Amino acid sequence: MRTTFIESLSQAASENPDVWLLCGDLGYSVLEPFAAKFPDRYLNVGVAEQNMAGIAAGIALSGKTVFIYSIGNFPTLRCLEQLRNDVCYHGADVKVVAVGAGYAYGSQGYTHHALEDAGIMSMLPGIEVFVPCDPMEVRAATRLIATSGRPSYLRLSRQGEPNLGAAVTDLRKPRVLRDGRDVVILASGPIASRALEAAGELAGRGRAVGVVSVSCLKPLDEAAIRDAVRDASLVVTLEEHILRGGLFSLVAGLFAGDPRRPPVTGLGIPEQGGKTSSAGSREALLDAAGLSAQAIVARIEQSLAKC
Amino acid sequence: MVHAAKASHIGGCLSMADILAVLYTRILRVDPAEPQSPSRDRFVLSKGHATAIMYATLAECGFFSLTELDSYCRDGSIFTGHVSHAVPGVEVSTGSLGHGLPIAIGMALAARHAGAGSRVFCLLSDGECDEGSNWEGILFAPHHKLDNLCVIVDFNKIQSFGSVAEVLNLDPFAEKWQAFGWQVEEIDGHDLAALERVLSGVPAASGRPTVVIAHTVKGKGVSFMENKLEWHYRSPSDELLAQALAEVGA
Repeated sequence: MRTTFIESLSQAASENPDVWLLCGDLGYSVLEPFAAKFPDRYLNVGVAEQNMAGIAAGIALSGKTVFIYSIGNFPTLRCLEQLRNDVCYHGADVKVVAVGAGYAYGSQGYTHHALEDAGIMSMLPGIEVFVPCDPMEVRAATRLIATSGRPSYLRLSRQGEPNLGAAVTDLRKPRVLRDGRDVVILASGPIASRALEAAGELAGRGRAVGVVSVSCLKPLDEAAIRDAVRDASLVVTLEEHILRGGLFSLVAGLFAGDPRRPPVTGLGIPEQGGKTSSAGSREALLDAAGLSAQAIVARIEQSLAKC
Repeated sequence: MVHAAKASHIGGCLSMADILAVLYTRILRVDPAEPQSPSRDRFVLSKGHATAIMYATLAECGFFSLTELDSYCRDGSIFTGHVSHAVPGVEVSTGSLGHGLPIAIGMALAARHAGAGSRVFCLLSDGECDEGSNWEGILFAPHHKLDNLCVIVDFNKIQSFGSVAEVLNLDPFAEKWQAFGWQVEEIDGHDLAALERVLSGVPAASGRPTVVIAHTVKGKGVSFMENKLEWHYRSPSDELLAQALAEVGA
């Protein structure tokens, strides 16, 4: 995903001389091609995310499109007030790009796990939030935000993620990765691959399970989500993020008060308050969080039994 | 304005009145008829609570009429108690401290890139220098040789809950900026000629940003406000207002 992002950004910068990239001293072996090609529009501001966000706002308020890049919580939570006041309040054309969604930096420990970022960023006014599930969606998202003229958040995983579906036609709309209308799994981010595994397993048990990637969390295309889950006996949300503030909250909120709302099961990462995290690969940590494909299957079966 | 709205921060407004007067009448290349001109100089008020003096200055300079100031802090007014970019002539909204300098740095970088010769002036309060985000910027600007950037510190020695020396001492202040690589000018912030001399000299040193440490008096010009902590917060009664206006010769 990182490589796809920087390739797409370089393309955007070739087409638009106002595109800048700032990094917070992170991006080794990833950002160098951009830096080499556009040295006067690339800046490593150092390990200083508040300064980076403020600088980005200042450059953007001078008529530029500025990407800021770092790991998970650093360009987001670390400088949240700068993003709120300096960027979003002014509608400054700043794109916050965080690499390391969820458990992508698994063994590095809790400080490097991005578990609340998408929800918190979604709460900022006027920002658009994208959580792509595969390189195709990263490419579409990068190109879209490079020309949107407004604040954006782009949440990337790390590397090696496979493409999960056919071409992206409209990133703002849910993208069907697998057809099926009985149970519909709405997934955000690369964890959609586990939804596909689970759907395959459930298909073997006679369930028609669809998988839909919701990569644009804000603005959420509510009509398209309703359409994607029409007639489903169960809607499941799956995210590499805590449930509060993420995809589950959005979908549950969408159907709240609807007299014919479908049952919604939310699968995500439990809040970690007061507990320590153990070392482990992304895969191992997702399994431990109850998000193995087998566990997803079991939880869907449990929910269906209650329907 | 402050009296009518029963608003606060008059002390910190009066300490920087002379600085704004010199900036807006002698230094800044800004035009009320074309406030968004790409080649304009930028002024970023980082001590966003000192908004009454900022709005008054912009009105005096013709960005809008003086009568509009009557709505200051009133229901529905764009003239909020911390500075707002809804107001013509205001570049950025601030109020949470430690935000202005990084934004000003971004503007200075963009101005240098554009080659339009714009300069960026950023006014900090002394208490605001407690914020770590400022020191990130103070480290950054000399490294990138931003000589089109000028910081002015309204060094009135009083922050909101006590003197700077008591709350979090900045000394040795000039030496800190110097050590970070800034061109340091230290002046009496109420000496109009000195202000004009140093501010018109920006960039004062090729390849280095400038900081003007302006020694000022909180509540300057009004005897009962000068150097009084309480006038960070209070607004004057009718009687005190009359006395204050008489003292400043309004």
